[in-house]
Amino acid sequence: MLEQLEGSVAVAHAVALCRPEVIPAYPISPQTHIVEGLSAMVKTGELAPCEFINVESEYAAMSVAIGASATGARTYTATASQGLLYMVEALYNASGLGLPIVMTIANRAIGAPINIWNDHSDSMSQRDSGWIQLYVESNQEAIDTHILAFRLAEELSLPVMVCMDGFILTHAYERVDVPSQEQVDRFLSPYEPRQVLDPSEPVTIGAMVGPEAFTEVKYLAHVKQAQALDLIPELARELDGVLGREQGGLVRGYRLQDAETVIVALGSVLGTIEDAIDQQREQGVKVGALGIKAFRPFPLQEVRDALAGAARVVVIEKALAVGIGGIVSQDIHIALGSSATPVHTVIAGLGGRPITSASLTRLIEGALAGELAELTFLDLNAELVERELQRTREKRRSGPHAENMLRDIGVVAAGPV
Amino acid sequence: MAERAIKFYQVGSHAVGNRLLDPALATVQSDAERSNTITKGHRACQGCGEALGARYALDAAMRATDGQLIAANATGCLEVFSTPYPESSWRLPWIHSLFANAPSVATGIAAALRVKGHDEVRVVGQGGDGGTADIGMACLSGMFERNDDVLYICYDNEAYMNTGVQRSGCTPPAARTMTTQAVGSEPGNVFGQGKNMALIAMAHEIPYVATATVAELRDIEAKVEHAMSLRGARYLHILVTCPLGWSCGSAETIRVARLAKETGLFPVFEAERGVVSAVSKIRRRTPVEEYLKLQGRYAHLFKPTRREDVLAHVQAIADRNIERFGLV
Repeated sequence: MLEQLEGSVAVAHAVALCRPEVIPAYPISPQTHIVEGLSAMVKTGELAPCEFINVESEYAAMSVAIGASATGARTYTATASQGLLYMVEALYNASGLGLPIVMTIANRAIGAPINIWNDHSDSMSQRDSGWIQLYVESNQEAIDTHILAFRLAEELSLPVMVCMDGFILTHAYERVDVPSQEQVDRFLSPYEPRQVLDPSEPVTIGAMVGPEAFTEVKYLAHVKQAQALDLIPELARELDGVLGREQGGLVRGYRLQDAETVIVALGSVLGTIEDAIDQQREQGVKVGALGIKAFRPFPLQEVRDALAGAARVVVIEKALAVGIGGIVSQDIHIALGSSATPVHTVIAGLGGRPITSASLTRLIEGALAGELAELTFLDLNAELVERELQRTREKRRSGPHAENMLRDIGVVAAGPV
Repeated sequence: MAERAIKFYQVGSHAVGNRLLDPALATVQSDAERSNTITKGHRACQGCGEALGARYALDAAMRATDGQLIAANATGCLEVFSTPYPESSWRLPWIHSLFANAPSVATGIAAALRVKGHDEVRVVGQGGDGGTADIGMACLSGMFERNDDVLYICYDNEAYMNTGVQRSGCTPPAARTMTTQAVGSEPGNVFGQGKNMALIAMAHEIPYVATATVAELRDIEAKVEHAMSLRGARYLHILVTCPLGWSCGSAETIRVARLAKETGLFPVFEAERGVVSAVSKIRRRTPVEEYLKLQGRYAHLFKPTRREDVLAHVQAIADRNIERFGLV
């Protein structure tokens, strides 16, 4: 049914349609509206049977999810940013134990400095945690991907993160088509666990494993994740049939045909990128985009194929690997292998800075002119950085960076100088 | 089973042998049909109080639930010695997730059972003092506060034994550990710190809190049995001797645990909804020195010079417990 919904509310509806049985939750912006919506549905009885548990931390949220999932319940939670980091130990545990928990990440920056706005630093930091990571571009895709995620998780017995841009998607009101219960039920059967804590058939879960088998257990996780490379497109096609719209599989190309310059990105920024590409195409510039939906497992072959005809690749990253630069770019390099295609890393949109069509246009023009560096920070105020560096050179006790820089640009009440 | 004529016998303490009891009161362990929840073959040290406590507690819980029990275990000695892959000593469904999260995992299990309508299946969470009072405190407090249907058992051996005897929030004053060495002017652990977990649990006003020691195993069984008759969050804190970490003989496990109670250093009591409801009286009030001198972790209180000041300080703690809980 077509509705005008906030992204978070739409996701709450989609999750509810998947009939989760246990939802442990802890509030953190910008994820909170999702679990608020689910809490209300459990409280009214609209979503039943389901246990909604208000826990005392994200660490507990993931730990409750581990216990519930290991006892055979379909389990869901949502988090973002610091919350995701606070549950890191349990994240690795959930994937290591092979528990098919589904979690929404409302992507948000990581402090310090504390910042509630969107970028991908949080989920990118967990790319090696053993969770499957799916990035969505729109709220419609968020709805559909959650439904796919439960099926994917349970078929592989692996946890799945659905990453959606905080605020940009979670708080955006858009027209979305929320599937019917009948449609979702047709695609998603009740959860049948591969392992379960059951007194009639006692098992030990979480035993200590030494060097004799640790590598094999870890390799198995790698093999299982790799299976998602086949399963995601397969499930997406099946879901296409049920929902009557195209899901896209691991990656999605936009005007890639004959594209000499290809912009690679994840998430909602693809919409702006596509607009910028349309403008360039009108002027005859051969530019296209490659959206990566499945970041873990990383679809090496699909990326390689999509970039085969490119003369240059520009990777727009909403996260920064301090000390080296790009994160997604590293995987793009692996995909391109020995190919000589230059790969430019553009760090953009950190902490909620808008990635505008104008900036993207300048970026594309720079790339075509051969002026784009290997590593670029989009719309960087270099002067602001230089002033702070100058301060640190001049004075030992130069004070906290962030506060100094904010004072320089005059956006907050300056303290005593 | 037909009753058999048996001889009177007395063990080395004031306790009498189990076989004199009315069969209805016999221990779970005396039952040939006991579940052996943690069975033979595990790697616990000789004289391990935790292995003993866990055996009695879980077999009692298994009997109380007719075998419908799931356990969530924190990282620690109990987890490590019981599950060296691919072996497991556990004969019930058992999960180990992390060090700090056993109470939350137990909450998740309980929630899944509730949603699936398996009210007959019950949940036990368990861990050592480090996993409970230190790193797991937040998860435990959350579980208490929500009154989740979990019995959480802390096997308190008063230090991080699995990592080689380091101080925990339950390490008593003056005790030597590898991070509170018996050196300097005030050797051993400092005074005035440490957590009384039972009192912290009581502050949550949960249905049932109890303490016990491995010296009184029937008492552990009775408390577990009572705990399993209740719903909601329940907490059992069992003092378990660690011959390795306490530097006492592995044959002294029971004696040392008994003296912890008889000196007043470890009050044994029960509480309902935050109020003490029963106290195990001290049978033969004993000076703390009798307890301390059996353990190498307190050797520095006696040699090279006798630390009367420290002994008096420890005695004062025991005396305060005796007064506070009405132990005599």
